[in-house]
Amino acid sequence: MLKGRAFAPQFASSRHRDETAELGMWVFIATEVLLFGGLLLGYFVYRHANPLAFAEASRHTDIVIGAANTAILLTSSFLVACAVDALRANARSASVALLAGAIVLGASFLGLKGIEYADEYREHLIPGIDFVFDGALANGVQLFFVFYFVSTAIHGVHMLIGIGVLATLALLVHKSGSTRRRAALHSAALYWHFVDVVWIFLFALIYLPGRSGG
Amino acid sequence: MWREWIPFWQGGLSPYGGDVDLLFIGLLVASSLVLGLLFVLLALFCIRYRAGNQVDRANHEAKSWHWEVGWTTASLVCFLLLFLWGANVFFEIYKTPQGELTVFVVAKQWMWKVQHAGGQTEINALHIPVNRPMRLVMASQDVIHSFFIPALRLKHDVVPGRFQDVEIEAKRPGHYHLFCAEYCGTDHSGMTGEIIAMEAPDYAAWLRQQGPGTPLAQEGSALFRELGCSGCHGTGSKVRAPLLEGLYGKPVPLADGSTVIADDKYIRDSILLPRSQIAAGYDAVMPSFEGKISEDQLLRLVTYIKLLGENHP
Amino acid sequence: MSEIDYLNASYTLRSWFLTTDHKRIAILFFASLTVFFFIGGAAATLIRIELATPQADLVSADGYNRLFTMHGVIMVWFFLIPSIPNTLGNFIVPLMIGARDLAFPRLNLASWYLFMLGGTVTLFAIFAGGIDTGWTFYTPFSTLYSNSYVLVAVSGVFIVGFSSILTGLNFIVTIHRLRAPGLTWYRLPLFIWSLYATSVILVLATPVLAITLVLLAAERFFGVGIFDPRIGGDPLLFQHLFWFYSHPAVYIMILPGMGVVNELISCFSRKEIFGYKFVAWASLAIAAVGFLVWGHHMFVSGQSLLASLVFSFMSFIVAVPSAIKVFNWTATLHKGSIRFDAPMLYALAFIGLFTIGGLTGLFLACLAYDVHATDTYFVVAHFHYIMVGGMVTAYFGGLHYWWPKITGRLYSEGWARAAAILIFFGFNLTFFPQFVLGAEGMPRRYHVYPPEFQVWNVLSSGGATILAAAYLLPLFYLGYSLFFGARASANPWNAPGLEWQTASPPPEFNFATQPMVTRGPYQYSTDFEPEPQNA
Repeated sequence: MLKGRAFAPQFASSRHRDETAELGMWVFIATEVLLFGGLLLGYFVYRHANPLAFAEASRHTDIVIGAANTAILLTSSFLVACAVDALRANARSASVALLAGAIVLGASFLGLKGIEYADEYREHLIPGIDFVFDGALANGVQLFFVFYFVSTAIHGVHMLIGIGVLATLALLVHKSGSTRRRAALHSAALYWHFVDVVWIFLFALIYLPGRSGG
Repeated sequence: MWREWIPFWQGGLSPYGGDVDLLFIGLLVASSLVLGLLFVLLALFCIRYRAGNQVDRANHEAKSWHWEVGWTTASLVCFLLLFLWGANVFFEIYKTPQGELTVFVVAKQWMWKVQHAGGQTEINALHIPVNRPMRLVMASQDVIHSFFIPALRLKHDVVPGRFQDVEIEAKRPGHYHLFCAEYCGTDHSGMTGEIIAMEAPDYAAWLRQQGPGTPLAQEGSALFRELGCSGCHGTGSKVRAPLLEGLYGKPVPLADGSTVIADDKYIRDSILLPRSQIAAGYDAVMPSFEGKISEDQLLRLVTYIKLLGENHP
Repeated sequence: MSEIDYLNASYTLRSWFLTTDHKRIAILFFASLTVFFFIGGAAATLIRIELATPQADLVSADGYNRLFTMHGVIMVWFFLIPSIPNTLGNFIVPLMIGARDLAFPRLNLASWYLFMLGGTVTLFAIFAGGIDTGWTFYTPFSTLYSNSYVLVAVSGVFIVGFSSILTGLNFIVTIHRLRAPGLTWYRLPLFIWSLYATSVILVLATPVLAITLVLLAAERFFGVGIFDPRIGGDPLLFQHLFWFYSHPAVYIMILPGMGVVNELISCFSRKEIFGYKFVAWASLAIAAVGFLVWGHHMFVSGQSLLASLVFSFMSFIVAVPSAIKVFNWTATLHKGSIRFDAPMLYALAFIGLFTIGGLTGLFLACLAYDVHATDTYFVVAHFHYIMVGGMVTAYFGGLHYWWPKITGRLYSEGWARAAAILIFFGFNLTFFPQFVLGAEGMPRRYHVYPPEFQVWNVLSSGGATILAAAYLLPLFYLGYSLFFGARASANPWNAPGLEWQTASPPPEFNFATQPMVTRGPYQYSTDFEPEPQNA
């Protein structure tokens, strides 16, 4: 009796299941906030101790790629939000197309990041692998780049997972626009927006110090 | 003083040792009272209200938030008092050292190297005179260690990359344990030693008897020349470098507009990480001695530079 | 007796290892946790045997350092943190709230597989040669100096952290969304409130551990100096990040125990818990304030005096909700109708031992005394009183209480009481002398020690032998009951909770029809009846 239903036995209805899944995604996002929060805490401690070095290091980051990536990611979030709306209005193919667009943008983000990493390798800015920096502020600059690589790498991993999730949902939505998939898309969109918000913080802390004002 | 009115009172070995012990007794008494009360109540209730006993259980669900507020407030008040008491004694333990007798302690895996200002060195032992506060400046060569003298009720971690500054004073002569109290690797339990407190004349005799040790400052002076410091920091140098005479303890304006006091840490950092704090008006040309100089040598240089300005060698 | 329950519904391996039934997953966890408990316990036994004499005679210094690290890592992450939540919690929570399963059954199974993966990786590190950093992995020793399998061990702990996070996430969502109709928050048993508070800590604190371990691994593997003082890194930053997780972690390791004790005290006094709302909110207060005290592990580290003052103050504040709970449990006994079955013996032991542990925590929160006592056996005794005297005791109490529900069998009450008393005696003999050792100044993590400490060490090691034997007893009589124990009825303790309103063992989907709740918990009275089962 319980096995033939459209929703699992612990739920009272499909809607119950969907609301529960959404709460699950919010709790998961809370854990991710703490994950990146710990990293940012370390960043702030060292920035406070080495303000000049962090500003100097930041000037060695590629603001063009950074800004482009920010624009790309914000746009992809916009597309994902539109995809959620489209599905709610039953425009399934539009929704899938928008998701595909977001995925392409996400992949471009990662591609540009790869180019950026390659440039940093050429400039000998990768601590632990090949780091050479002259001048008084070398140690602080090295600490900055440790945080730069760790945080953008972890963010990149989240982007990859996000792309995978969006791709899976694009396939599912392509097949059917059930309420279950609508709810799943909503949760996936939440995750993608979160990854975007993390990037906004990272962009401000990585690319902007030392570049604003005097 | 008022403490002498306490029965069986024994002043501690350090100036604050007795206060730490009094605090401990206070905590013990308070805990025993609470625990005793708890055990009595638990036993009482378990016996009296055992299932099957014919005893009045009416109104057992009568709520009383008075109890709740009561014992919560009582706990809070007790805890706050204990906090204030503990904090008060804490300030005595870690007060800024005033004592001018400086001893340098270098912690390394797995031994304590002690160096007196006059150049006497000891391994895993520290001789001190009674009733004189000694200033200990401690550094670690490698990992985190912790300098622990149970008899004095004193402990302080020795963290690599910084100097630790504590004051110790023993009021009675004797031999006391020194332990490393922060796990530091294979022979952590072997990193123990002795504090030997002696009456002033015995201590003076011991100092004299420690062989012709060169005072640390003198060794520092030799290092200052050997390592090439005088090449830039000496008078008549072609390189423009800050003069170090009279520098110690004075404020130093830095290139980024801030000011620091030239203390032990500043001197140490200037030698190891010269580019981190550049003096205003000078170029950042000083080389770093990171990896080229041991903590022992650093201490000697610091001692030497401190003395510059007090008496030019 | 020919009914189908969750145990006999299917006997295939697939039905066990690919199960999504919370009850079977609880059993999977129980089996693995028991194995880890005995591995960690074996390490402890070797440690105590070595410490019976002042000199080194059983193991080398390096061997000893690996032993205490193994004991800490396994007991903290592979036993204590998952213990009650993943065994009793997994099994009982859905039943207690009238649900058919947790919110995300497949995540629950994933949690077990992550636990097993993390455990395997860590065990590999241990048996390949071990780690010698202590379970606290302080830098720069762990990053620059230790010649042991640090990276592997840290990876294992990283993986098991995700198991914790998934469990916490599952419980939070389940408790919010899957309560039976009529089961408002203030009608929930306090076990649920405690697990909810635990889950909040699980999801918020564990990610910080994850990132800390990533930074540690990066430093060790790539040689990048995040905590390396030679390039301006700060070893104390590691300590702050580590303790930001590890202090809340100790509340993960006690709140579920407190939750169980609520159930036991009320059942065996036949009375509702005195001051229900205060106890409920005290759990949340412990979770919240527990995030603000981590610096009390660092009073002698060289952190600023201001920081030490703030952390000491907050540490005293966090003791208040625990005190409230102890007073409330005691008041519950007043005018109760008290029975001394084995679960109650464990609950009473918990109150006494946890109070001793908590009071000695006040000693350590007190700044000036902590200078003397930190990094000595005083701390070791303090936390063992809470974790073993508290949490493990509560775990055993809960295990006995819900054993009939989980297995459908009754255990031997005589053996259970004997074991409980022997555990209590062995425990105190093991750990009380350690308070004396610490007060006298014996540092912790010491392989050899000055001879004047021997007397107390011998007492402690003697106690440990008794404790080890006592902990083995339940293996036998509980194991025996599985095959030869009398069959249990649905409600052998005559308790009003929803978990007792279904068969022992429960059917696969817990309840035939959705239970409805019309009254609060702990309605123990002489004219007690089960909750009416209307659809």
